[in-house]
Amino acid sequence: MQILEIWVASLLTLCVFTFLYRDNPLYRFAEHLFVGVSAGYLLAVQYQNVLRPNVIEKVAGGNLMPLIPAALGLMILGRLAKRTHGLSQWALAFYVGIYSGIAVPSYLQAQIFAQLADAVKPFGAGWAAINSALVLIGFLAVIAYFYFTAPQNRVHKAAARVGIWFLMVAFGASFGYTVMARVSLLIARVQFLLRDWMHILPPA
Amino acid sequence: MAGVNGSFWQRLLGIDRRWIFVLIGLGTIIPLLRPINLPVAASPRVRAAYAAIEAVPEGSIILMSLDYEPDIMAELQPMSIAVLRHCFRRNLKPVILTLYPAGPGLIERALEVAGAAEGKQRNTDYVFLGYKSGNQAAILGLGDNIRGLFPRDFWGTSTDSLAIMQKVNAFADSPLLINLSGSAIADYYIRIASSRYHVPMVLGSTAVMATDYYPYLSSGQIQGLIGGMKGAAEYERLVGITGDARRGMDAQSLVHVIIVILVILGNVAAFATGALRRRTGGNS
Repeated sequence: MQILEIWVASLLTLCVFTFLYRDNPLYRFAEHLFVGVSAGYLLAVQYQNVLRPNVIEKVAGGNLMPLIPAALGLMILGRLAKRTHGLSQWALAFYVGIYSGIAVPSYLQAQIFAQLADAVKPFGAGWAAINSALVLIGFLAVIAYFYFTAPQNRVHKAAARVGIWFLMVAFGASFGYTVMARVSLLIARVQFLLRDWMHILPPA
Repeated sequence: MAGVNGSFWQRLLGIDRRWIFVLIGLGTIIPLLRPINLPVAASPRVRAAYAAIEAVPEGSIILMSLDYEPDIMAELQPMSIAVLRHCFRRNLKPVILTLYPAGPGLIERALEVAGAAEGKQRNTDYVFLGYKSGNQAAILGLGDNIRGLFPRDFWGTSTDSLAIMQKVNAFADSPLLINLSGSAIADYYIRIASSRYHVPMVLGSTAVMATDYYPYLSSGQIQGLIGGMKGAAEYERLVGITGDARRGMDAQSLVHVIIVILVILGNVAAFATGALRRRTGGNS
């Protein structure tokens, strides 16, 4: 059985790799199969892990509370018809309200206040001071670049230009990591083909 | 001479991109077949992650959320195995979950590999709770009622009947949270677990995401950061094992060299032929 799995996975990998030459039916077959299998898998998992334990089993056990979120979920499907479109708005309003309540305070705390505190913390000794200074300068310069409310004077323009340099360095680092990530995916597939399928590489 | 050079650079710019794919393919395959085992030095970020796990008292229960699917398993699966083996060696008791529907199969495999290598058994040395949907809602639930959120583990055993689960029911019961993630779930854990519940946290991410999380390391919101296959290879080195990440580093290095050379050649060719000037309407 495992041999069959490895052969299916290997042949599908090769089908996808054929796209590097040009678009072709083998690639499209693998792509469509992936979309179909993913959708079916997700549907089954969501039923088994969400609907069955959280709604069906609880309601069958006499707990009717899960019917409320289940009804809200069904109301979202009201968007499919004009007459019931309004129902979906109520469900969405509920969802947006809950999500905002959860997300806004935690976002402010973790991603605004904590980062602000780090940007303006007292400088450490030695090289740490240089790092802290760079963080502070970068922070102020990038903020200057994204400040569009008032016309820029000479100082503001200079700061914004420094901000662009900081942004470019950040984008470059991010792009370098992205290349590394994509190469990693290729390496893992080649490792799989050479080791598990062709048995050219020694077992892990 | 200028004409010859010009024609060379023109031809280089017009090269069929499939030749580049062939180069990258060879750069990947050859080092895997003939490894030279380039040294892997651990970065301060990965050392910090290792030290955070080393600092957890032996025998402690440790919460792990492994949030990835097959699309990024190349980076996070070796990382999971290395971190799990480190935890097992320190006799820690990982309680593992995933917020990704296609994650359980991969995590089950990682547990098999790490458990077999370190001689650990499920339910006595670790617990795998399986998948839970809801992302932020699920993470909030982990804050105060883990057994309520997961009445059964991945294999269907009641969590109330597991000895490890008697000692853990909230973030506060775990001295460290480990999240290996390839998505915004890492942000949710930082916002909720780290910032709201103040649980020390180690993050492992894909390389694409790694730079986004440096600020959290600087601010102390995470204790360590393992980024991509390179980070996983560094972690494997610290643990003293050779996994898929370390085996892939020769290929990673050679492909990077090829890409850097191609970028330099492409830019030189663009300048030499005036292609940049034409593309930007003579403004460059």
